[in-house]
Amino acid sequence: MSGDETATDADPSSDGGVDAPAVERVTGTGVPVRGNDIDTDQIIPARFLKVLTFEGLGEFAFFDQRYETTGPDADGGEVAENPTDHPFNDPEFGDANVLVVNANFGCGSSREHAPQALQRWGIDAVVGESFAEIFAGNCLALGIPTVTADSEAIAALQDRVEAEPDTEITVDVAAETVTYADREIDAAVDPAQRQSLVAGEWDTTALLGSNPEQVAETAASLPYTDR
Amino acid sequence: MSEGTLYDAVWDRHRVRRLPSGQDQLFVGLHLIHEVTSPQAFGMLEERDLEIAYPERTHATVDHIVPTDDRERPYDDDAAESMMAKLEENVADAGVTFDHPDTGRQGIVHVIGPEQGLTEPGMTVVCGDSHTATHGAFGALAFGIGTSQIRDVFATGTVAMEKQAVRRIEVTGELGDGVTAKDLILTIIGELGTDGGVGYVYEYGGPAVESLSMPGRMTVCNMSIEGGARAGYVNPDETTYEWLRETDAFEDSPETFAERKRYWESIRSGDDATYDDVVTIDADAIEPTVTWGTTPAQTAGVSEPVPAPEALPPEDRAVAERAQAHMGVESGEPMAGFPVDVAFLGSCTNARLPDLRAAAEIVAGREVHDDVRGLVVPGSQRVKAAAEREGLDETFREAGFEWREAGCSMCLGMNDDQLEGDEVCASSSNRNFVGRQGSADGRTILMSPEMVAAAAVTGEVTDVRELDATPEVAR
Repeated sequence: MSGDETATDADPSSDGGVDAPAVERVTGTGVPVRGNDIDTDQIIPARFLKVLTFEGLGEFAFFDQRYETTGPDADGGEVAENPTDHPFNDPEFGDANVLVVNANFGCGSSREHAPQALQRWGIDAVVGESFAEIFAGNCLALGIPTVTADSEAIAALQDRVEAEPDTEITVDVAAETVTYADREIDAAVDPAQRQSLVAGEWDTTALLGSNPEQVAETAASLPYTDR
Repeated sequence: MSEGTLYDAVWDRHRVRRLPSGQDQLFVGLHLIHEVTSPQAFGMLEERDLEIAYPERTHATVDHIVPTDDRERPYDDDAAESMMAKLEENVADAGVTFDHPDTGRQGIVHVIGPEQGLTEPGMTVVCGDSHTATHGAFGALAFGIGTSQIRDVFATGTVAMEKQAVRRIEVTGELGDGVTAKDLILTIIGELGTDGGVGYVYEYGGPAVESLSMPGRMTVCNMSIEGGARAGYVNPDETTYEWLRETDAFEDSPETFAERKRYWESIRSGDDATYDDVVTIDADAIEPTVTWGTTPAQTAGVSEPVPAPEALPPEDRAVAERAQAHMGVESGEPMAGFPVDVAFLGSCTNARLPDLRAAAEIVAGREVHDDVRGLVVPGSQRVKAAAEREGLDETFREAGFEWREAGCSMCLGMNDDQLEGDEVCASSSNRNFVGRQGSADGRTILMSPEMVAAAAVTGEVTDVRELDATPEVAR
C-alpha cells in the first residue's frame, strides 16, 4: 500500500484471524472523482467479476469511464481505446491514495470487487459526502476508512486536489478530521467503523469465531434450527 | 429508536452479543451463496485453515454466469466454466447443498430460497448479493453482504452488524388495473431517492402492500437497496403462510408448520410499535411507472413528462443531465413512445410465475415488433417448468420471444445475454446504471413485466392500460 499509515500490529492470532493493522490515519495525496450516485457497476463493471480471486482488479477500476471504447475483444482480452480525461488516467494522480468523492458513492451491488479494485489501484482511504452502506461495510472489511464531510468542504478539497495534485492530505480516523494545506475539515466517521479501524479489529473473523459455544446457544434458542 | 417492530424482535432473537465496536454479533439462519461472490471467501477460509461452521444452514445455487441457451458442459465461455467448476468443487468439499442445474432446482438465488421454503419469517438471511432484501417479503431480516463478510459467516455462522433505524412505508389505497408491485417500488424509490434509505430498514405495510401476493411483495422488497435501504420487509400474514404451506419445507410436515407459525405470528410488528420514521404513499395515485435516467430513482409515470434537470433539487441536477444525455431522452416529453430495441423479461425482481403469466396475457395473440428482440428468462428451473405446464412458453414463442433457461441473464450481462452498442432495453430488472446490461453505451428503462410485454409488441414504451387486454391476474 502506498501512503503513510500509522500502523500497530494487532494480535495475529491462530484462530482464524490475520494481521489487521490499526488504521488511525492515512496520509498521502488525493484523487477527485466527481459526481453523485457513482454506482458499483461504474467502479468495476460486471464483466470483470468473472474471476476466482481479487488479484489484478486494480487496472479495471472505473474502466468504462476511462476509455471511450471498451468491451471484450475477440481473443478474450479487453478493448481500451481513446482514453478519457478520467482522473484515474491522469499521471498527476498516479500515486494518489485518498479518493475524494461526492454523495451516495458505491451505491448498487454488494460486490466487494469494487473496494478491492480501488485498494489494488492504490486507494487507502475514501473521503466523500456520503456512502452506500454495503460499500462502506466492504471498505471497512479491507481496512479502508470511508470518511464523510459536508458538500462544501468536499468541493473545496476536490478543487484543491485538481489544482495542486501534490497537496498532502491527512485523513485522521481517530480525530475525525481531514487536513490539507492550512485547512482542517471537521469530518465524521461511523462510530463502529472508527472503533474497528483504530483498534485494528476490522478483520472480524477471529473476533466472531472466539465464542462458538455462545453462538451455538443462540442458534439452539431459535425455533427454526431443528432442521 | 424503534420498538416493538418485527425488526427489533428478529434482531433480539439473533443477537449473540455486543462487540467492542458497538456492532452486534448476529446469528445467521440462512446463508445463500452463488458463484460470483463466494469463491474468494472459500479461498480465504482455506488460507486460514478454517471450515464452514454451519454447512447445514448454507445453500448454494448458480445464477449470474450460467448460459441461458446452450448449457452443455463445458460452457463455451471459459471464465464461466471455471467459476461453475470452482463452485462445484467448493460445495462438494464443504458439504453444502447445491441447486445444480442437474437437480431441476437451479435458479436465481432470490427465487429459489422462497420457492423451496428455505426462507422463513423471523429468520436472518444473508447472501453476497445486494438483492437479498427480497427475502424480507416473508418477514425475514435479509440483507446483502460482501465477500469478507461471507468469510465471517462461513467461519462462524455469524456476522457483525450495526442496528439500523426503521422506517414504516405505509401504502394506502389500492393499485389500479395494470399497476403493479414494480410500479409501487419504483414510485417509492422515486419519492425517497437512491440514498433515502441509508441507515434504515424499510417496513412496507398498509392495505396496498397487504393485498399483494408473495411474488409482488418480493418485487417490492427486492428493490429496497435501490433506495439505499439494505433491508426491507413485510410483516408475515395469511398470504405468507399459504405460500409456505406449499413449499418443500412444509408440504409434508403440517405439525412443524403449525408450530413454526406460532413463532412467525409472534415476531410481527405490534399495533403499538414505534418507528424512527413513517412515510405514506398513496397507491391510488400511481400509474405504470418507468425510469427515464440511469438511477432507479429517476422515474416518472409513463404519461408524465420527463423532468427538466433545472426543475430538480440542486444536488440531483448534474446526475439528471448526464443521465438524459446518456439515454437520449428529452425533458418535457413523456417516456411513452420512446423506441426500444430489446425487451427483457427476467431477474430476481420480476421472473416468477405470476410475472410471466401477466406478461403472457399481454403478449397472447400479438407479435413482438419487427425491430425488437424479446427475451424471457424464468427465475428458476421450477418457474420455467410450471410456466411450460401452463403453455406460457408457447405463448411467448409464438409471439416471437426467445424462451430461455433460468439465470440472472441480461439483468447484468455476465453471460452472453447483453445489450449491443446503444440499444434501448425495456427491462423488468432492477438497475438502469450505465453499462449495467453489458454494453457501456446500452440504455435501460426499468418497468413492470406487463409494461415490458407491451413495449415488446409495440416497439416503444407503451402504457399497458392502452392495450385492450389488461391482466386480471392478482399481483
